[in-house]
Amino acid sequence: MNNIALAETNRIFDVAAARRHFPILSRMIHGKPLVYLDNGASAQRAQSVIDAVDDYERHHHANIHRGVHTLSQEATAMYEGARDRVQRFINARSRSEVIFVRGTTEAINLVAQSYARPTLRAGDEILITHLEHHANIVPWQMVCEQTGAKLVVAPMDAQGEVHLEAIVSLMNARTKILACAHVSNALGTILPVRRIIAAAKARGIITLIDGAQAISHMAVDVQELGCDFYAFSGHKMYGPTGVGVLYGREQLLDRMPPWQGGGEMILQVTFAKTTYNALPNKFEAGTPNISGGIGLGAAVEFLSGLDLSAAHAHEDALLHHATATLNKVQGLRIVGTAPDKASLVSFVVAGVHPHDLGTILDEDGIAVRTGHHCAMPVMDFFKVPATARASFAFYNTFDEIDRLALGIERARKMFV
Amino acid sequence: MELNDLYRDVILDHNRRPRNFGNLDSADASVEGFNPMCGDHLTLRLKLRDDTISDIRFEGQGCAISTASASLMTEAVKGKSREAALKLFDRVHQLLTDDAAPPADELGKLAALSGVREFPARVKCASLCWHTLASALKAADLKSLPAVSTE
Repeated sequence: MNNIALAETNRIFDVAAARRHFPILSRMIHGKPLVYLDNGASAQRAQSVIDAVDDYERHHHANIHRGVHTLSQEATAMYEGARDRVQRFINARSRSEVIFVRGTTEAINLVAQSYARPTLRAGDEILITHLEHHANIVPWQMVCEQTGAKLVVAPMDAQGEVHLEAIVSLMNARTKILACAHVSNALGTILPVRRIIAAAKARGIITLIDGAQAISHMAVDVQELGCDFYAFSGHKMYGPTGVGVLYGREQLLDRMPPWQGGGEMILQVTFAKTTYNALPNKFEAGTPNISGGIGLGAAVEFLSGLDLSAAHAHEDALLHHATATLNKVQGLRIVGTAPDKASLVSFVVAGVHPHDLGTILDEDGIAVRTGHHCAMPVMDFFKVPATARASFAFYNTFDEIDRLALGIERARKMFV
Repeated sequence: MELNDLYRDVILDHNRRPRNFGNLDSADASVEGFNPMCGDHLTLRLKLRDDTISDIRFEGQGCAISTASASLMTEAVKGKSREAALKLFDRVHQLLTDDAAPPADELGKLAALSGVREFPARVKCASLCWHTLASALKAADLKSLPAVSTE
């Protein structure tokens, strides 16, 4: 234990200091200190995020836009300020390219219905990969039903890696959209999105990247990536649930019809004709999740105040420690062993069903996710009904991973 | 909330060595149960003579709670009439969900399932096979039974 603690203090990233920003991390669960390893499902909130939402609710709440009174103006400034912060964080060219949505799922559905549906013709192809989350499969299947387009799935290998060549070899004149994860939520695989996007662009294929799992683990620069759309959720980057972002290239967003009609997204309405509002409001019908947007802005500010490259290096070290430690557990098999992975480990233990493991670990205060991770095709591929998944954040420690390994050993002894 | 109360010896035993596990040739009814939240899946097959469950077997994939519950259930209902099996379903359902359920001594080994009540996230694991059985027993037409889902 001592040498692990020593190793940790030698790293540039100050984990103890980072943990102090997250009040929930001092909670006890069943009498034991919480070990939160379910960050891939939802990361915890920093105090500054909680405070920003609280401050808005207590002192500034009113509906945004069009209000001439003080509260409405303050709320509008806070909400739109959050948009500016997100724009800088992902390096979008313009704030018009940052559309606030409910989350990654809504962002992908928006593109599917507002870009793909009016554009695609029967016989056109949408290219995805085998490791996608259901949110990056089902919206495209719906569009295929609506348009007669065809869903094409690029394969992955036994390590859970998707190779550039496998994707490129499926691109042809009929391919109109390429949609893939930046990081697989079920396996941790990092996809070579920069090269995938470049290959798609060279063929005139529109690209959407599902960044839900990537946004908190690596620097995302949408201009450098060159993608047409990039989707992510607030709550996976230490912000609130119910808010997320669709980044889209302005040129495309301009051409797309609104997805939902209502207030906020119009300039003028008569019964004869409605003129739509400019970006980004065109895609933001109705009163949005104002406090969520403000909380997301605070999360971005919090992240921007961290030494992110040191935080990401610490997450990498956690991944390596977890991989080495879990591989020593008898009967444990890591599912997803691509060379380039984000900091999560999906695994199965012979003789112990993931759900039983999840319950037993919970008694030790350890939170992991168990199940199909909304990626049933991935489970089918690896011929497992479910896995347990430990997904790390920069506030996790080596000691927590050691506790996870001990908990798994305890479960194994119960069942085997 | 005690883990030992959930994973009692009877449960662990029936998980390790599930009884009445496997296919059942020339079954009168075959019905599938799914728990879409977790991917648990079981197929229940039974033979009915007159109105009595003369044989019953299950197969599928699930956690220890789900496997043990199905194993215990097949043992308990084999030889029982439709009506008696449905009564047992009601009683077990009460045991799994109702904190005020009376002691389960008369249920024999099935009483081991009472520990599940303290783990709300796991109740569906234990109840899936019972709902699947009940749907078969309540159906008018045994030949085309719709799949049962916990959601």
